[in-house]
Amino acid sequence: MTAYDRVRTARSTQRPTAQDYITGIFSTFIELHGDRRYRDDSAIMGGIAYLKDRPVTVIGIEKGHDTIERMKRSFGAPEPEGYRKALRLMKQAEKFHRPVILFVDTSGAYCGIGAEERGQGQAIAENLMTMMGLRTPEISILIGEGGSGGALALAVSDRVWMLENAVYSVISPEGCASILYKDAAEAPKAAENLCLTADDALRLGVAERVISEEGLGTPEFYRTLADDLEKEIAILEGTDDLTERRYQRFRAFGRFNKETR
Amino acid sequence: MSILRFLHKPHNALESEGRNTEPQIGEKEYTCPNCHRTIKEGILEGNLWVCTCGHHFRIEARKRISMLSDEGSFKELFSSIESDDPLAFPGYREKLDKARAASGEKESVITGTARFEGMKAAVFAMSPSFMMGSMGAATGEKITLLFEYAMDHALPVVGWTVSGGARMQEGLLSLMQMAKTSGAVARHSEKGLLYLTILTDPTTGGVTASFAMEGDIILAEPEATVGFAGRRVVEQTTMESLPKGFQTSEFILDHGFADAIVPRNAERKLIADILRLHGERS
Repeated sequence: MTAYDRVRTARSTQRPTAQDYITGIFSTFIELHGDRRYRDDSAIMGGIAYLKDRPVTVIGIEKGHDTIERMKRSFGAPEPEGYRKALRLMKQAEKFHRPVILFVDTSGAYCGIGAEERGQGQAIAENLMTMMGLRTPEISILIGEGGSGGALALAVSDRVWMLENAVYSVISPEGCASILYKDAAEAPKAAENLCLTADDALRLGVAERVISEEGLGTPEFYRTLADDLEKEIAILEGTDDLTERRYQRFRAFGRFNKETR
Repeated sequence: MSILRFLHKPHNALESEGRNTEPQIGEKEYTCPNCHRTIKEGILEGNLWVCTCGHHFRIEARKRISMLSDEGSFKELFSSIESDDPLAFPGYREKLDKARAASGEKESVITGTARFEGMKAAVFAMSPSFMMGSMGAATGEKITLLFEYAMDHALPVVGWTVSGGARMQEGLLSLMQMAKTSGAVARHSEKGLLYLTILTDPTTGGVTASFAMEGDIILAEPEATVGFAGRRVVEQTTMESLPKGFQTSEFILDHGFADAIVPRNAERKLIADILRLHGERS
């Protein structure tokens, strides 16, 4: 499979979306709406639930299943309010000592006049800063597209896992191709050069784990994922210098002792 | 040039880029991209590179720090850090060579300490001629080291941003710099130390969505382009005509994302006043 094949697979509308993971993994999910600032952005859904016996906060970027739902959810491109809702729920999780599990699947933050007017950049920046210091475990799972800052805004976590065919990139291959090669049709070449596959992310230390897609979307698949999450949360809850380790995790990217390669 | 094109006033400096009016090395006269007057270098130099019409020319990082801080006070730190090519991205090394030649800098940001009316601060300034201030791993590393240094020495940070965003040739490692720098800003902030950002033309993309927007106090130079998504991308995505002054300093001030707009000739005094109000002493 080429890098661009992965991009296409990651974007497939046949893939499970965040709400499928939420339904498959957790029980008693109670959705919580709104950023308490302006409105509710349905591109991001979040709430509280049980992971087995443990109360957790769950946040996911939701692309939607059919055309109507996809349009309602802006195809999973969050507006600033979506990031602010996520931030509110993360702070709430910290208050009640709940771990946070985030499902990331977006082509990028919403690009529009309103999003700029309401501070898309500021909303993302605030999430990055706050997540870095959040005093509760955070695990992010990239389940499809990981589009740049819009994905990172929910992925400054203690662990970042990626589905086998998920991608994570600083820019879309089409965007990169049109800037560098003046031709969006060169996207496959750009995808190769951008090192955006799950294996690339693992090699670069951006992700800790690649999740096999065997049985994707089956009850067994979600059961395994629930077991893995439970084990990892237990490890993170036993770590007393969690935020220091999280800082060092990100601090290590490009430290310039020649180990970036 | 058609008459319409001549009369058209650019909304911002990015829009006017095609007209090739940026300063070029070796030239002694410059054409203002706003009013189209030709101005001698010496006059611009004496006026902090601001045209009589008010247009703020883009300026190089080193020049900016030396013009706006106390004379001779700048002491550079972390100057040996420069990008390598971590992903072996085709064509990137050549681009870096060109950027280094064009800017005279090793990286898109310079870092160090300087004084403002005697008060010491950690400072950074980004370079518009180094790949338009794009953020690679070395950029993020220098910013992070600066905040860590400022934390260790209990110094405020004053920074001028210029950036097209994350540097795509470094892929995910460039994206991760947004998180890394944000972490350093957060830690510096937890110590009760001041971070003052001055947004200059242009500040966009991943830099807007990280350390540019994380200042305790955010100032902006007049009519600078400040935004997250690129203007053209917004236009193409929404297929709407953009409001007047979209993504300018004035626009973000109106919408509540900057504290004040500061013309360049008032910057030094304002920076000094803000430092003093936060208890800095010379």
